[in-house]
Amino acid sequence: MSLTRQDVEKIAHLARLSITEREMPVYVSSLSSIVEFVNELSRVETANVEPMAHPLVGQHQRLRPDAVTASDHHEKYQRNAPQVQAGLYLVPRVIE
Amino acid sequence: MLHDLSIGALADRLAARELSSVELTRHFLARIERLNPGLNAVITVTAQQALADAARADARLAAGERGSLLGIPLIHKDIFCTDGVRTSCGSRMLDNFVAPYDATVVAKLKAAGVVMLGKANMDEFAMGSSNETSFYGPVRNPWDTTKVPGGSSGGSAAASAARLAPFTTGTDTGGSIRQPAALTGITGVKPTYGRVSRYGMIAFASSLDQAGVLAQSAADAAAVLKVMAGFDPKDSTSVDAPVPDYPALLEAPLVGLKIGLLREFFDGLEPRNAKLIRDALAVFTSLGAETVEVSLPHLPMSVPTYYVVAPAECSSNLSRFDGVRYGYRCESPKDLTDLYERSRGEGFGAEVKRRIMTGTYVLSAGYFDAYYLKAQRVRRLITDEFRAAFEKVDLVAGPTTPTPAFPIGAKIDDPVTMYLNDIYTIGANLAGLPGVSAPCGFVDGLPVGLQLIGPHFAEARLLSAAHQFQLATDWHTRRPRGYE
Repeated sequence: MSLTRQDVEKIAHLARLSITEREMPVYVSSLSSIVEFVNELSRVETANVEPMAHPLVGQHQRLRPDAVTASDHHEKYQRNAPQVQAGLYLVPRVIE
Repeated sequence: MLHDLSIGALADRLAARELSSVELTRHFLARIERLNPGLNAVITVTAQQALADAARADARLAAGERGSLLGIPLIHKDIFCTDGVRTSCGSRMLDNFVAPYDATVVAKLKAAGVVMLGKANMDEFAMGSSNETSFYGPVRNPWDTTKVPGGSSGGSAAASAARLAPFTTGTDTGGSIRQPAALTGITGVKPTYGRVSRYGMIAFASSLDQAGVLAQSAADAAAVLKVMAGFDPKDSTSVDAPVPDYPALLEAPLVGLKIGLLREFFDGLEPRNAKLIRDALAVFTSLGAETVEVSLPHLPMSVPTYYVVAPAECSSNLSRFDGVRYGYRCESPKDLTDLYERSRGEGFGAEVKRRIMTGTYVLSAGYFDAYYLKAQRVRRLITDEFRAAFEKVDLVAGPTTPTPAFPIGAKIDDPVTMYLNDIYTIGANLAGLPGVSAPCGFVDGLPVGLQLIGPHFAEARLLSAAHQFQLATDWHTRRPRGYE
């Protein structure tokens, strides 16, 4: 199966990735070959097989008691932010 | 020379106060300064901090404290968050990211008194099998600097092989510890899923990622794994089970051990590589182990399965990089969508974008059942076949990689060919199994790795089997020319 340029544009937008004109043909061709490659899976008979999400049998996502364990580090964390003001992250205006 | 000594021998010298951690640290820092420019294995050197940590370790030693890793230097893969030190994950996206906390692996090793020399180069976000996708440029293989060291823990592998540190840490999502260990002639251990905490280890594919160690020998790896492993309440998939005393279990005899030869691992394997693997297995039988052939008919499907599951999980995990809270932000975004799309488009490299888009595609409406659920079903078939094999044998063996190290640039433009490098390693990740790669010979002067895979939590058995093999052979003691 082959992906079109329109398919790749749609996927890129869903993934919030800007793709340049130069990159586009490379992705159309490499994503097509990857999709073709993983299509091999359709040859496997899996009618009564349960999908497997966790590699260890019988392990489940553990819940922890609802207790405060972390302290406030927002100043330290915000040192990595591109733009902050008064403890808030700044982004371009969303509502005019 | 100090860099020829095992971790045990170094710890003994430190304990006897014949050697100080500061001297040892200076020795390795000098090697990094001299040898790293030809390898590009280390992307951040933390010399000042290392010497301060070493002085602290020396003070603990002087006060009578002893520990298997107290005062021993290491290099961390740059995927582990290190408080106050840049943690780039090999990406432009995190080129300016200074981690505000330590990963649990880092914290545990720090508490044991290790000295961090720096951070190792890696494929961007651990996505690659050659260490060519790094924002910081390719890593070179010390056995032949025109060849790749493997990936994604390529910097860790090259650094260990060139003895820039006694050991390095790595992560393995589809072979990223075992494959580079094989291609650089060292010992790599990928533990059972859940054995080592993933907290603070930048996520790629959460149901597959596992941290481990790249070292000079199985005995050294055992000493490190004992410290790294264990339950962590901060990782919801961490397993609450006691950690065996791996070093104490290394002497388990091989007599009666049943080793399964994976038929599918020898199909199409280059004859010279196949011979080295068969010779290695002959060593095991001479030590009393038995070998039987086992077949996992669905194993050849592990690569397509992985290339649905891993990109799907990566597409979700990497959605956190939005140009808002940390990481790269594009210049003058015109609106919020433009900020997201250009920050991610410019911040991520080609392979990471390819994987995100593959994942987005297989998870998108109309394709989810045909790809993602299908791959999860095939994943169960592969896992069930491993389980059935382990009812008959104690561990399975085969090659780690289809070929020795390949030239830099040879496969980077053909993703599917590159993905097939991991054909022998991916199965263990899909099934959550532990695996070890140990050097077992050379083809055209390049190292070849023997892979052992065991049932869940059989790390001790794998390490002792590799250790017994290393007592009988000397492949793991060979040094690349120029790095003696």
